[in-house]
Amino acid sequence: MLLIPCPNCGPRDETEFHYGGQAHVPYPENPNELTDTEWSRYLFYRENPKGIFAERWVHSTGCRQWFNMLRDTVSYDIKSVYPMGSKRPDRSPDGAPESGTASTGPDSTTTGSAAPSTSSTSFPSTTAPEGATK
Amino acid sequence: MAETAASPTSAKPNAEKNLAARVSPARQLADEFAAGSLAGTVEISEVPFLTMVGLRALAGSAAAERLAGVTGGLPAGSGAVAGHGEVSVLWLGPAEFLVVAPTEAHESLGGDLIPALRDALGGDAGQVVDLSANRTTFELTGPRARAVLEKGCSLDLHPRVFKAGTAFSTEIANIPAILWKTGDESFRIFPRASFAEFLGRWLLDAMREYASPEVP
Repeated sequence: MLLIPCPNCGPRDETEFHYGGQAHVPYPENPNELTDTEWSRYLFYRENPKGIFAERWVHSTGCRQWFNMLRDTVSYDIKSVYPMGSKRPDRSPDGAPESGTASTGPDSTTTGSAAPSTSSTSFPSTTAPEGATK
Repeated sequence: MAETAASPTSAKPNAEKNLAARVSPARQLADEFAAGSLAGTVEISEVPFLTMVGLRALAGSAAAERLAGVTGGLPAGSGAVAGHGEVSVLWLGPAEFLVVAPTEAHESLGGDLIPALRDALGGDAGQVVDLSANRTTFELTGPRARAVLEKGCSLDLHPRVFKAGTAFSTEIANIPAILWKTGDESFRIFPRASFAEFLGRWLLDAMREYASPEVP
């Protein structure tokens, strides 16, 4: 079982959380202008990387808040936890724009070998409240 | 509600009548709770019909300040419990709190807590919702209470970490519940009403080894 560091409540069991799928999938600016193919790509097509994956989680039996998490899909290492709405901490601000459908992203073929490039491996461990630590 | 509003002079008898007509979610387990408890080791009981109010207000907002004025403060972070007197406020989320007060604080019994909170919120963004029927309360006390809970709760319950006067929304026996440590050896557990029978029986089962006569 994963021990997930909730930014509000500290480390808790995975069973207290629900998974929200891939993070950073923007809603199309003009859904009416999309072709059926593009719309289906927005709705159903997600990355499936071997390595670091940005995903959304909600602490459903705790504080009921959503947050983003970088997780290694090979080792299940949790690399980083960061708020909803902020950029991926392991991507440079200018590169890898979060636009269009996710599957066209330049890093959609990220593999395990890309893992060492992850710059942000820091946990917000200071937010763990007293009594919530394992 | 029409019943209680009928006339102010009949409020008191009506309140008693209202209370007598209610059946708490774990009423059917009362005898088993008594039989399964062992004084001085571990005891369980249901505390029925506590008044509970769900609050939602953004921390630092004017509405939150006014609500804090009624309850005696709002807790600042995970685990914190605020309040004064018999009114306690448990932290559920960054902008979500649970007020726990005695039964008599409920509107239907003549209490004024909920109207006061409603007035404090006014027309601002937020919530004041009567959740008294949402959850029931189990009180688990005794030197073995922690050992019982540790069978089904993954939080660190050691007194070194889990101090009296903190409360967490977590899982007990795989169901969501709020666990509030009210004293060194006493816990309050708030399961939802529909989980009350399951959790009550689960706790009885977990208590059995401590509350049974010792086998020589």
